[in-house]
Order: sequence, then structure tokens, then C-alpha cells
Amino acid sequence: MTDTPKIALRGVAKSFGSKHVLRGVDLTVARGQSLVIIGGSGTGKSVTLKCIIGLIRPDAGEIDIDGTRLTPRNAGGFLDQFGMLFQGGALFDSMTVWENVAFRFLRGKGRLKRADARDLAIGKLRRVGLGADTADLFPAELSGGMQKRVGLARAIAAEPKIIFFDEPTTGLDPIMADVINDLIREIVVEMGATAMTITHDMTSVRKIADRVAMLHEGVVQWEGPVERIDDSGNPYVHQFVNGLPDGPIAALR
Amino acid sequence: MSQVLTAGQMFLAGIGRAVLGLCRSTGALVLFALQAVAGILVPPFYGIEFLRQMMRIGYFSLPVVGLTALFTGGALALQIYAGGSRFNAESAVPSIVAIGMVRELGPVLCGLMVAGRVGASIAAEIGSMRVTEQIDALTTLSTNPIKFLVAPRVLAGTLAMPLLTAVSDIIGVMGGFFVGTSRLGIASGNYIQNTLDYLTAGDVVSSLVKGAVFGFIIAVVGCFEGYNSGRGAQGVAQATRAAVVTSSILILAANYLLTEVFFST
Ligand SMILES: Nc1ncnc2c1ncn2[C@@H]1O[C@H](COP(=O)(O)OP(=O)(O)O)[C@@H](O)[C@H]1O
Ligand SMILES: [Mg+2]
Repeated sequence: MTDTPKIALRGVAKSFGSKHVLRGVDLTVARGQSLVIIGGSGTGKSVTLKCIIGLIRPDAGEIDIDGTRLTPRNAGGFLDQFGMLFQGGALFDSMTVWENVAFRFLRGKGRLKRADARDLAIGKLRRVGLGADTADLFPAELSGGMQKRVGLARAIAAEPKIIFFDEPTTGLDPIMADVINDLIREIVVEMGATAMTITHDMTSVRKIADRVAMLHEGVVQWEGPVERIDDSGNPYVHQFVNGLPDGPIAALR
Repeated sequence: MSQVLTAGQMFLAGIGRAVLGLCRSTGALVLFALQAVAGILVPPFYGIEFLRQMMRIGYFSLPVVGLTALFTGGALALQIYAGGSRFNAESAVPSIVAIGMVRELGPVLCGLMVAGRVGASIAAEIGSMRVTEQIDALTTLSTNPIKFLVAPRVLAGTLAMPLLTAVSDIIGVMGGFFVGTSRLGIASGNYIQNTLDYLTAGDVVSSLVKGAVFGFIIAVVGCFEGYNSGRGAQGVAQATRAAVVTSSILILAANYLLTEVFFST
């Protein structure tokens, strides 16, 4: 049983019209592991995550979660064990910060009393370094870094088994980015969750990753432990990690 | 010769494409409406969302709808009087104002005003939720966006619009009453008596049914356009415009059909 990967993708392909974004992605993530996906903008990193969550249905290929095949029919059932931090935060701007964080606890199966849900949300906000005074603000009143933290608090609120982070540090200043990286690492370790993170920030990669996968032209070009990214022997990884203008990845000018 | 043919073929192909596109979007809209109805009928229900939408669609539309009806009723009374009914104004003005407002203008003007006010804001709101991935976020939080966003709006639209239509009818008749009694010299007792004499229960029922249908159209189209909004600010702008145009045209078409059903004998 312990050998069953938490997440396994085989030959996942997805096109939008004539644009072939994913052309057969193979990837496995072991339980409790933190995988970081790197790759240029528009290479389909977000699409890959959305396929796993069930927001996008792949054209071909298989996705197993805990050894169970993901189908359009059962996708909803997995959501209770997922948490996701979206690239743009995706906070509900009609709700206050604490209502965002406690979203799952205000309705549906896990419903709590309002006061209890609020306490829980404030606890989670504190975990990501935000005071109780932010609880009653609206997302639009927060800075970018604070919005990311609220998104993080919402993603971890229900103690998910699998967490997805889509560009958690993009658009933040280096200091705030570092704080978020540390937070992600701590949270993943203390919750024992399996994590998949998208980033093109090499500092993040080194902080967050156990393993790294490089996505380019719709396939995983390289996958390996984070210690190996500097001597991967893979020209794509080499170019990306060192930010070189020349190499197999054609820079758009 | 062959070049003429190709041009002709291209023209036909263009028409064919447009027709296919129209069929596809009509099908998608109908499917969306069915999903919304299923969302209304099958739990979970989001009561607080529904109440919030009732306030937004019903209560906050009152000033716009009321003013529209007031001025229209007044103008109608003046026109009927000027249009040759001067000599039997006592009976013609109240009856035509009442029937015109209740059967047609009350519900239609109310529908068009609400389509502009509420339909547009629903499309813009849901469209920007789509663009900023808030709709995806709902799904990841184990919440069906059709049930959470669309169903409460569609139910609220369908229930609030008959009430707004009733208000529109009453204020429209009042507009006629004010003009009739103050400008055209009709005695107020006679005005009221004539209105009541000519108006039937069937007129009122048809008015409210029209309101409900228009409310359903406004909410479904607003949600549909927002839900399928393209990317970026432009996508949202396009969705908003499409919501107003599509729902206005559908309201006018539905009004014709309902008038056929209720009044053609
Ligand atoms: N829903 C969609 N409809 C059409 N095209 C899409 C959609 N989602 C993503 N794409 C396209 O797929 C490509 C990959 O997108 P994405 O996964 O967001 O890139 P990134 O690797 O930067 O996260 C982009 O070119 C984007 O335009
Ligand atoms: Mg992305």
C-alpha cells in the first residue's frame, strides 16, 4: 500500500482548439512529498493542476489519486481532501477575509456555528501571520502579500491531504516571497500533506521542493530530486535554472 | 465563373457558420437554464444567498421601475387625450391607461429596466468571478457554482420580477391618474371607477406571469453570459453587453408569445 503514489499522471493530454498545451504528461508524487513544477509561462503548469483537481477534463491519459482513477463522475468526491492556492488568490470579494477562510465551515457538510467558524478562521489567519484585525476586512482592502496569505489560510483551513500552490510568490517582493516560502514549507511538513507547487522562482524551488519536474512543450522534460537541479545533465533544466538566454528553450523576443 | 462560385460558396458557408453558432449557443443557454432549475429544486439550498439576491433584484430596483412607470403612465394619459378621446376622456383615458400599463407596458418596461440594471450587474459580477478564478475556487471548496451562484439568482429573479411588475402596474396607473385628474379635468372618483370597471383579473394574472418569465430570462441570461465570460476585462465587458442585448430581445419576443397565449381568441 505504501508504494501507491498519492498522485499519478500517465499520458495526460489537453488541447484548447488547435493549441496542444499538454502532450502526454507523466508524473508521480509520493505521499507526503513536495513536488515543484517549473517551466516557462504558458507551458500548461496551471492546466496540469486543474486536470488533477477536476476543473479541466483531459482529452487523453489517466490520473490516479491514492490509486483511484479520477473520472468526471467521482471528481467531486476528492475535493474534500484538496486545498488550492490560486495564482491570483481567487478570494471571494463579496465576503470578508474570515468568511473566505472559513468558507467550508459556513455551509455544507462540515458546517460549524458562525462564532466557531470565525474562531477557526482567526486561528488559521494567525498561522499565516495575520492578526485578528484583518478578519473583518474585505479582500480588496488587503495588499498583494496579505491576499496571498489569506488564500493560503483558506487552502489549509480544512487540513487537506493534498495541497496545490499555483505561483505562490509571483508578484511579491523578495522578502514577502521568502516569508511565504517558509510558510509553505512549514505547513506542508507539519500537516504531513502531499504538495504540488508551481513556480518559476528558483529560490522558491530550493526552499519548497523535495522533487522537481520541468514542464516544456507539453511533456515533463526532467524529473528528479531538488539536490540534482544544478547538475541535472538536462539542457532544459540547465537553461531554466541558470536563466540562460541560449539553449533548447527558445526565448520569445 | 469558378471565382463567382467560390465567392457564393463562401457567402453560404458564412451564413451556415452563423446559423450553426446560433444553434450551439441556444443549445448551451437552454442546457444552462435546465441546470439552474435543477439547482433550484435539488438540495443543498443557499437561503442567505437567495435573500441577498431578492434584496438586490427586487428592493433596489424599485426606484428605477417606479419612476419609469410613473412617467409612462402619465405620458400615456396625455396621448390618449390628445389622440381624439377628448370628448369621452372620462372613460377612455382611465381604461386605456390601465389596460396598456397592466397588459403590456408595465411588465415590458419593468423587464427592460431590470435587464439593464440587474442583468448587466449579474453578468459583470459572475464574469469577473470567472476571470479571477473565483468560480474555480468555489469548486475546489466542494461547492457547486451553479447551485451557489446561479440557482439563488434565478429563483430570486423569477420571484422578484412579478412583485416589481405589480408595483410597475400600480404606479403606471397612478401616473395616468395624476395627469388625468390634475391636467385633463377628470374627476378622481370617476377615474378610479373606470379603471376598476375595465381591468379584469385575467389582465393582472397575465401581467404577473409575464413578470415571472422576464425575471427568469434576465437572471438566466445574465448568469450564462457571466459564467461563460471570456478572459480579461474585455471578456467581462463583452459578457455584460451580451447579457443586456440578449435578455432584452428575449423579453420582447417572450412578451409577444405570451400576449398571443393570453389575449388572442
Ligand atoms: N480555459 C482555457 N481556455 C483556453 N486556453 C487556455 C485555457 N486555460 C489555459 N489555456 C491556455 O493554455 C496554455 C497554458 O496555460 P497555463 O497552464 O495557465 O500556463 P502556465 O504554465 O503559465 O500556468 C496557455 O497558452 C493558455 O492560453
Ligand atoms: Mg499558471
